[in-house]
Amino acid sequence: MLTNLHKQLLNDYQHDFPLSPRPYRDIADALGVTEDDVLTAFAELSDNHLISRIGPVIPPNHIGVSALVAMAVPEAELQTVADKVSAHPEVNHNYEREHRINLWFVVIASDNEHLQTVIEDIEQETSYPAMQLPMLNDFFIDLGFKLDLTDA
Amino acid sequence: MLDDIDRKIIQATQAGLPLTPQPYQAVAEQLGLSADEVMQRLSAMQQSAIIRRIGAVPNHYKLGYRYNGMTVWNIADEIIDEIGQQVGQLEFVSHCYHRPRHLPEWPYNLFAMVHGKSQQEVDSQIQQIKDLLGDKNLGSDVLYSTRILKKTGFRSGGPSTAQNDS
Repeated sequence: MLTNLHKQLLNDYQHDFPLSPRPYRDIADALGVTEDDVLTAFAELSDNHLISRIGPVIPPNHIGVSALVAMAVPEAELQTVADKVSAHPEVNHNYEREHRINLWFVVIASDNEHLQTVIEDIEQETSYPAMQLPMLNDFFIDLGFKLDLTDA
Repeated sequence: MLDDIDRKIIQATQAGLPLTPQPYQAVAEQLGLSADEVMQRLSAMQQSAIIRRIGAVPNHYKLGYRYNGMTVWNIADEIIDEIGQQVGQLEFVSHCYHRPRHLPEWPYNLFAMVHGKSQQEVDSQIQQIKDLLGDKNLGSDVLYSTRILKKTGFRSGGPSTAQNDS
């Protein structure tokens, strides 16, 4: 069960986490609790994997280059092909999606040359063509995601 | 742009700020810097939009947002920036990107990830995007993830944490 403090931390501190020497104390002061309360509540959220971390969020392509890549693979071969794709350390997400084009993964590399090498290697290893869908523009205004925690 | 110290600060904080009373001091000690310099550089990177936000990164899947769809739309190139901004502002959209078409098999150039606690909620979100776009929507599809085959990085959890959460 989430306490009110958990819910406040989840919804009110997805952005504007204080850049101050004692940020947890500043949050505690704003919420009328103790620094220990805030540290304990964040630790509980983290231990239960309700937050993955507290820290700076970097938009894609600001560090290195990345592309979303998609392939159409017959269902019978999907796991084999997916394993070959996932074996590359540059691949950091790999999903099966319900579509004729059914294998979707993100490749992150240090520069474009490296990115193209990884994608060419994957095409050769799997013998399926890879459709590259790099980000051309990012429209997301990231103010955090408004969570409905009424039943949480 | 970023220098080596900026990059080190980003690397040192990607797994999360420590849950200790003086987290920036802890990061600074690890890198041989002062806490003031760490905070000042994080602030500068935020102002130059290298850092989008600093805060708690929720695991949507664990919080009950188990239904996610990758919605894809075919929008005329001349208006995609305007339309993309409108879609990106919707509060249930977690990512919104312009990507290239690959004709003939892939006519879609606008990608928006939507998240909900039920299929019904996601269906209603997709309808809201359709209503917003009206006849500017030249075609659309929704791709649901059926299996996570690999997910690495610092975010644990299920499909609704989506690609590149960021």
